[in-house]
Amino acid sequence: MNPFSSGTRLRDMIRAIRACKTAAEERAVVRKECAAIRAAINDNDQDYRHRNLAKLMFIHMLGYPTHFGQMECLKSIASAGFPEKRIGYLGLMLLLDERQEVLMLVTNSLKQDLNHTNQYIVGLALCALGNICSAEMARDLAPEVERLLQFRDPNIRKKAALCSVRIIKKVPDLAENFINPTAALLKEKHHGVLITGIQLCTDLCKVSTEALEFFRKRCLEGLVKTLRDIVNSPYAPEYDIAGITDPFLHIRLLRLLRVLGHGDSDASDCMNDILAQVATKTESNKNAGNAILYECVETIMSIEDNGGLRVLAINILGRFLSNRDNNIRYVALNMLMKAITVDAQAVQRHRATILECVKDSDASIRKRALELVYLLVNENNVKPLTKELTEYLEVSDQEFKEDLTAKICSIVEKFSPEKIWYIDQMLKVLSEAGNFVKDEVWHALVVVISNASDLHGYTVRALYRALQASAEQESLVRVAVWCIGEYGDMLVNNVGMLNIEEPITVTESDAVDVVETAIKSHSLDLTTKAMAMIALLKLSSRFPSCSESIKDIVVHHKGSLVLELQQRSIEFNSIIAKHQNIRSALVERMPVLDEATFSGRRAGSLPANVSSSSGGSLNLPNGVAKPAAAPLVDLLDLSSDDAPAPSSSGGDFLQDLLGVDLSPASVPSGMSQAPKAGTDNNIIPIATLDGLSSPPSVPVRTTSAGGAASMVDLLDGFVSNSPKPEDNGPAYPSVVAFESSSLRLTFNFSKPPGTPQTTLVEATFTNLSPNVYTDFIFQAAVPKFLQLHLDPASSNTLPASGNGSVTQTLRVINSQHGKKALVMRMRIAYKVNNKDVLEEGQINNFPRDL
Amino acid sequence: MMARIITTLLQLYYLQIHFVLLVSRQGKVRLTKWYSAYSQKERVKVIRELSGIILARAPKLCNFVEWRGLKVVYKRYAGLYFCMCIDQDDNELETLDIIHHYVEILDRYFGSVCELDLIFNFHKGSGLINSLRLEMQDSLVEIAKEQASLVSSLIAQATK
Repeated sequence: MNPFSSGTRLRDMIRAIRACKTAAEERAVVRKECAAIRAAINDNDQDYRHRNLAKLMFIHMLGYPTHFGQMECLKSIASAGFPEKRIGYLGLMLLLDERQEVLMLVTNSLKQDLNHTNQYIVGLALCALGNICSAEMARDLAPEVERLLQFRDPNIRKKAALCSVRIIKKVPDLAENFINPTAALLKEKHHGVLITGIQLCTDLCKVSTEALEFFRKRCLEGLVKTLRDIVNSPYAPEYDIAGITDPFLHIRLLRLLRVLGHGDSDASDCMNDILAQVATKTESNKNAGNAILYECVETIMSIEDNGGLRVLAINILGRFLSNRDNNIRYVALNMLMKAITVDAQAVQRHRATILECVKDSDASIRKRALELVYLLVNENNVKPLTKELTEYLEVSDQEFKEDLTAKICSIVEKFSPEKIWYIDQMLKVLSEAGNFVKDEVWHALVVVISNASDLHGYTVRALYRALQASAEQESLVRVAVWCIGEYGDMLVNNVGMLNIEEPITVTESDAVDVVETAIKSHSLDLTTKAMAMIALLKLSSRFPSCSESIKDIVVHHKGSLVLELQQRSIEFNSIIAKHQNIRSALVERMPVLDEATFSGRRAGSLPANVSSSSGGSLNLPNGVAKPAAAPLVDLLDLSSDDAPAPSSSGGDFLQDLLGVDLSPASVPSGMSQAPKAGTDNNIIPIATLDGLSSPPSVPVRTTSAGGAASMVDLLDGFVSNSPKPEDNGPAYPSVVAFESSSLRLTFNFSKPPGTPQTTLVEATFTNLSPNVYTDFIFQAAVPKFLQLHLDPASSNTLPASGNGSVTQTLRVINSQHGKKALVMRMRIAYKVNNKDVLEEGQINNFPRDL
Repeated sequence: MMARIITTLLQLYYLQIHFVLLVSRQGKVRLTKWYSAYSQKERVKVIRELSGIILARAPKLCNFVEWRGLKVVYKRYAGLYFCMCIDQDDNELETLDIIHHYVEILDRYFGSVCELDLIFNFHKGSGLINSLRLEMQDSLVEIAKEQASLVSSLIAQATK
């Protein structure tokens, strides 16, 4: 009986699935079919096994689970006939892959089939082995495959060679067994076998230096001769593609020559002539010819130096680059990237053409070209290239702007000859594509501006002008608002005019208006508005005449629905209204930002900081020696190493300084807890004010006179402690909060002075196992009488065997201080060797009086 | 002629092809073959992601798309996109030729191939892809030539 003709046939099933209008209908059909197939499997139905397997393959292709059919494949393979075996092997290759354990069961069938008398069955087995072979199978079956490399039928030899490729990839140790049989394959006349032999040879050379030496000595001349023969061969219809004899063989040969010639000048000399011949004689009007030329160029670039050949190669690429076919231009750009390490000068000659490609309508080509331009930039051509790119920025597609701005910013930062040029370029980019600029880029710009004291006036005026033109670019607004807040007086008084500048007249109220627009704009986000708020506060001191109108704006926002803005406006209002005497000190200009620290933090890795903080905690487990109110001080002192800085967030500290680190994603707890707990929300305003005032002692001495309740409250904490930092609270012993065979968690405690309810817990995680933990996350939960705030961890990767640690600071506020002790539940999640691990536990061993 | 096809077919294996996808213009998968280990979930994701990228590209652009550090070479034949994913340093132009020859072979096998042929005979298409890599090139070519040899009749019987 024909297995495909009864019941629902394969064809009918496919038709039924195709007729489905919705995904749910399709699922129903598939479910029904699967149930029928499972029933047939249970009945051990031999007649329909074929058809069921074929159906399963189709279902598998649609993305449904088909694991229950795996054993059917194996049974089918084990049966005697060719058709059964064929569908079984096809199923094996489609439904299974090398990771499945079921495969172990098939090894024996494969071994039998490899020794079968029917060569077609041998072919099937080789094919399957080549597709799914795992390392164990490779070891078990390598001898059979090796023997089949000398089989009488060329097709079997060919398949055996392909199988060998897979085997030596899985188990490189087996390479030496294959060297001699492979050398024999290289002398084949049959193109199919020859090509597989060449591939096998290439792969052998990659895994074994012994093989590489062997083939270089024994086979190189033969290979060069083979290539010469096919290059010069007359028209051969059976191998002809677009007028070229077997381009695939060409390409394989060239690739093998590349491997053999790389790093060996004798071997390279030996192949020079033939490469020159391929490069000059190959027709380039068809795709096949171009593919060969492309491969040839790559080989010339990889083998040892021969000036003449390289010129030839670069010229070919130049020709490719001016080709009208996009594919050819794409590969040319691709190859020029490699050529640039060999001969940068020659690539520079094509700079103009490459720049044109950046503006191409094809995204793939643009991307390649942009990367190439990026590599082409040096100190000499940075100015014209940046000019071209920024001009293009104006007209480029939206989706390309992100890549483009990132590259321009990177170029400008890397090669900028002088600060003014850097600032100019960045302003251009920000005005064109400020919404695409990453945070660290504008952070870096602010740092540079802050350091260029002679350019403050120039910058703020330029920003003011830019802002008039493009007020919708987020990061431009941020930088502008920050600068106007800091250097507003220079804007108005035209301080530090440069010769190149055109004078502008900006009144004080103009400056305030600009900032006000930023607050009112609907398209700008909270961070920007918060920064604008601070700028207003600063301006209120710089421009006494505008003080009243600023106060109005601030008062207006006291009713803001956005918590952050509301809180700021209330605080600032109270500063303006009740603390005139300290206001000027509070809003003094920011100290110059330290470039070195910034770039260090930006790099993301903080080896120095991390080790010093963990080292410190080892020596001084109680944290007694830490300066008073360390976390607050840190906000002022950029170079302070005490606080574990979040390594993940590159330039966060700038935001910290401005007190705008309240983006909902990063510190959700800070936002939600603020209105509930009076003590808690004081922390943030202190940080904010602290960041603004450079000498921290000033507000402390002058404000104790009183004022708004919240303000007093807020500054009180400061007053009582700041003058006597030695009052550091009692020392607490550190505890091992959690220990398993693989992980240890230690807590060190300290209390910020004056707030007995608050405890700073420094958690140190140590990996006791020999494996690195990645994606390390610590989570904690506390009962209602506690409040918990988790700072970002120093890293999310935990090095193996205790070689370093991850630290994370927890701030716990105990509303029942003195009555109840701390308690905490925690969960630690991480990955070992890509496996998720979860550890949970309760921590009860906190010192009593925390 | 025969040898030419065989050599063409064989190329596929040596290239480090990660997977082959045949997707219709509506984004329906017509044929897949995975050479690298992808879990079923990843496969669905990859297909969705790639068909989104490739189907959106205008005609006349180049046939290469960079994707997750790999390259996808695709070519459109009528309503079907043939996509092959290769390594960064493989020869894209060669891959393009291979796709073309695969289509030629399908054409020869089905006698002017159309999308429906591939849907209803997906197992033959898969078989052909597998052959592209390794198996039974000869037999399939023989089918293409005369449909008469022992193996081809066996296959015909098995897949009728």
